[in-house]
Amino acid sequence: MSNSLSLRIKQAYIVKKQRPVNLELNTIKFPPAAISSILHRVTGVAMFFALLFIIWAWAVSVSSPEGFANVQSMMDGIIGKVIAIGTLSALTYHILGGLRHVVMDLGHWEELESGNLSAKIAIALWIVLTVVLGVVLC
Amino acid sequence: MLSNQASLKRNGVQDYVSLRTTAAIIFAYTVFMAWFFISTDNITFIEWRGLFSGLAMKVFTLAALIAIMIHVRIGLWQVLTDYVKASGLRAIIQYVLNIIAFGYVAVGLFVLWGV
Repeated sequence: MSNSLSLRIKQAYIVKKQRPVNLELNTIKFPPAAISSILHRVTGVAMFFALLFIIWAWAVSVSSPEGFANVQSMMDGIIGKVIAIGTLSALTYHILGGLRHVVMDLGHWEELESGNLSAKIAIALWIVLTVVLGVVLC
Repeated sequence: MLSNQASLKRNGVQDYVSLRTTAAIIFAYTVFMAWFFISTDNITFIEWRGLFSGLAMKVFTLAALIAIMIHVRIGLWQVLTDYVKASGLRAIIQYVLNIIAFGYVAVGLFVLWGV
């Protein structure tokens, strides 16, 4: 009994020891669904901080004609354009990812293949819409 | 059940529903603002201020800001629990970020009050 027990402990130890641990981001493979998930998080956090600027710009622009003119000239400048396109691009992806989540809530696109395909389509649509945004706003 | 109702503790179902209902409000607000910017050719100060002076728009804007506060409270918590493992540090970051989110609503309220 003690023999088989010690053998099992030994085996358990070996299994535990051999379990691969890989936390190196540059060697981990990211399937489209993982990229989609990360993008959803990054765009969400980015927009949270972008709101600092947006709410400031909104507050100033509705307060007085001078404030409106200031914000307007800022939005015509390079910094304003970068912030506007960046924020709208983040919002676009977050909405696309959110709509994808709604479909998954309803029980579709939950398989490996369909999930990865919908992720690819969301990312492709996002790139196209960001280019359109850039062309319209510049 | 009573103790559950009385406590401020959230649960998964609550978060799930809150995240989606607030997302719907923010999405509706986004669509409306996008429509305003696309349909209005040259936005002047009068038009811009006028947009936010109506009662319906004030309610809509405040609802969107409160929805953002709730949405962000859940979303940032989800991200932070994954990446910040030290609970003390996480609590401090969450506290600061939630105050900023509340600040958005507070600033919005004062702005809408004056328009």
